[in-house]
Amino acid sequence: MPDSALRSATISVLVENESGVLARVIGLFSGRGYNIDSLTVAPVERDRSKSRITIVTTGTEMVIEQIKAQLDRLVPVYRVLDLTREGPHLARELALIKVVGTGNARQEALRLADAFRARVIDASTESFIFELTGATDKLDAFLDLMRPIGLAEVSRTGVAAIARGKTTIE
Amino acid sequence: MDGTIQTTELMKSGAEALLRALKAQGVEVIFGYPGGAVLPIYDALYQQTEIRHILVRHEQAAVHAAEGYARSTGKVGVVLVTSGPGATNAVTGLVDALMDSIPVVCLTGQVPTHLIGNDAFQEADTTGITRQATKHNYLVKRSEDLTRVIHEAFHVAKTGRPGPVLVDLPKDILNNPAPYGEPSFAPHRSYRPRTMPDPQRIEQAVAMLKRAERPIVYTGGGVINAGAEASKLLMEFVRLTGFPCTSTLMGLGAYPASDPQFLGMLGMHGTFEANLAMHGADVMLNMGARFDDRVTGRLNAFSPGSKKIHADIDPSSINKSVAVDCAVIGDAAEILRAMIAAWKRDTHQQDRGALALWWQQIDVWRAKQSLRYTQSRDPGSIIKPQYAIEQLYKATRGRETYISTEVGQHQMWAAQYFKFDKPNRWMTSGGLGTMGYGLPAAMGVQVAHPDALVIDIAGEASILMNIQEMGTLAQYRLPVKIFILNNQYMGMVRQWQELLHGNRYSESYSAALPDFVKLAESFHAVGLRAETVEDLDRVIAEMLAVDKPVIADICVDQKENVYPMIPSGAAHNEMLLGPEHQPAAGGYTGGSITDEGMVLV
Repeated sequence: MPDSALRSATISVLVENESGVLARVIGLFSGRGYNIDSLTVAPVERDRSKSRITIVTTGTEMVIEQIKAQLDRLVPVYRVLDLTREGPHLARELALIKVVGTGNARQEALRLADAFRARVIDASTESFIFELTGATDKLDAFLDLMRPIGLAEVSRTGVAAIARGKTTIE
Repeated sequence: MDGTIQTTELMKSGAEALLRALKAQGVEVIFGYPGGAVLPIYDALYQQTEIRHILVRHEQAAVHAAEGYARSTGKVGVVLVTSGPGATNAVTGLVDALMDSIPVVCLTGQVPTHLIGNDAFQEADTTGITRQATKHNYLVKRSEDLTRVIHEAFHVAKTGRPGPVLVDLPKDILNNPAPYGEPSFAPHRSYRPRTMPDPQRIEQAVAMLKRAERPIVYTGGGVINAGAEASKLLMEFVRLTGFPCTSTLMGLGAYPASDPQFLGMLGMHGTFEANLAMHGADVMLNMGARFDDRVTGRLNAFSPGSKKIHADIDPSSINKSVAVDCAVIGDAAEILRAMIAAWKRDTHQQDRGALALWWQQIDVWRAKQSLRYTQSRDPGSIIKPQYAIEQLYKATRGRETYISTEVGQHQMWAAQYFKFDKPNRWMTSGGLGTMGYGLPAAMGVQVAHPDALVIDIAGEASILMNIQEMGTLAQYRLPVKIFILNNQYMGMVRQWQELLHGNRYSESYSAALPDFVKLAESFHAVGLRAETVEDLDRVIAEMLAVDKPVIADICVDQKENVYPMIPSGAAHNEMLLGPEHQPAAGGYTGGSITDEGMVLV
């Protein structure tokens, strides 16, 4: 193999918003043994006719090229864009993070949340729920800090991504 | 095709709208089997005469028959089966068509829309089950979508890289009135396969080929799928360049096998000259093949010194297993047309001296006669399977002959010893390797070509997998000839057990076989048997003379193996020529297969 180095790729896929389209994409990944690190999907057109899927995957250059070609081959796929390859892009995800505790730990959680610009969206005498938006590694770093001081539960959206500048996926 | 239907006319049932759409698509024959969910379609079929229905005996056979029809005509094969078990029985055929890129439209019945998801009688999640078994599939949920989806299904099945498309039809959609819309010529919203090659890539490919000293052309099923014109252009290109040409199993017939520039099939059971030429080439042109593992052998030793050009209609075939230096995306006919023009335009002079030396080398390899075998002519001698195929080939020359096969040793011998000079004459399950493919495929071919000679070259194990179709042959008077190379073993399994598993023939003996002569007779066909070498020509002659279905049971040598053979995990220059042969060159030392090779299939 010419290149066995692994790379991460953030791929945007614009698809017809029809039943089964997500199953086609996921089935392709499981059937061919590709990794899914993150996958998000939602309609993006006003009439809900198209959806945008953002997939974060890891593989060799050859595998990532295969993934793109295989996605492009699906009948309801309009466009496949490798954001990692095409140039600068932004990738964000959102997490809802429940931290349970009292006393000092509680104070510490609030201080760290402030430093990360996480918002408190729910509070009780023994818990907080923080809302945090950012790149995946920022969320990971915040969660690592919360773990020893009472991290109880996490819900993450997965990555949404878009290219910088005026070019669009279509 | 666009979602908008220009002119619509309300039909009294979805089933009638469906049949009108099929007629608009040029459908003449459907292979099918009725059941509760598709009764409205069968009722509509009963009241018309334009579309012929062939009643198969098992839904898997309906798909293989449609494949045989499609492969031998270039048209889309059409299947009609009921919901639940009808659909699940069709799955093997669909995957077969997917792997070999055969255009098929499969219509399945479904429980009424309001019952979907209720575990209703004969309900299966057909679109869920077949999503990975088809190129694309549809569930029609609204009557106004019905004919648009049917037209789109045909478009998707036959364009780009062809494949099977399934349309799931709930019974209420078939019963209720539905609007009929004509096919639209507007481009599809998201599906737009590329057929015209990039001119720059054509120039680049031709420049590489012009400078080749040891070139090889390697062709596959893509040339066949691109139509008869592509095969003519391939011939023109190969003649123009003076290059040697080899073919995959799927591509046989695209380039005439009797032409001196043809090296025979390559790969695991390919000829010595084809595999060594591939191994030694400096520039390779892959035209419509996909570097399948049966062809490449060990990947890191596959054609190690060559610059590779890959022409394919499917961009996902490029760099999938073999990294190439020049990729040309497009239809094989368009690519060949453009390459011929570019070759003539390019002023660089080909090194004809180097090419002549290359041919000298190839002739040395050819002189090995890697397909040689010994047939004793003494009375009572056992028939060698290779000899049976050669005699069959000789006896059928000059006739319009179509060959299908099952899967196994007989399939490889048919590929090696039957010479195909035209495309669309060879139907075999290449990618999926489906035992039981050959008889129903032959049936589909015979339906498409009623006056042609259609032969299923079979093994005694494979033929039993769809033997029920003898009933279909009888019902429609389809004079298919079934030529069984009967060695009383699943021969390819036995061969691998001999070579890789210490002669432990675990479950590969065909015990309790039927009497194929009596079996033929019970299905209103003619049964013949050849037990020794002096019977063979007579049995073949009798078989060919009868205008009825025939089973010819040819008792062949049980110990014979398919050679040449590239053992699993070995390279092209490490092939075995025969049981007593030491490998030609390189690291493979014969006898045992490497550990890595053992896990390969």
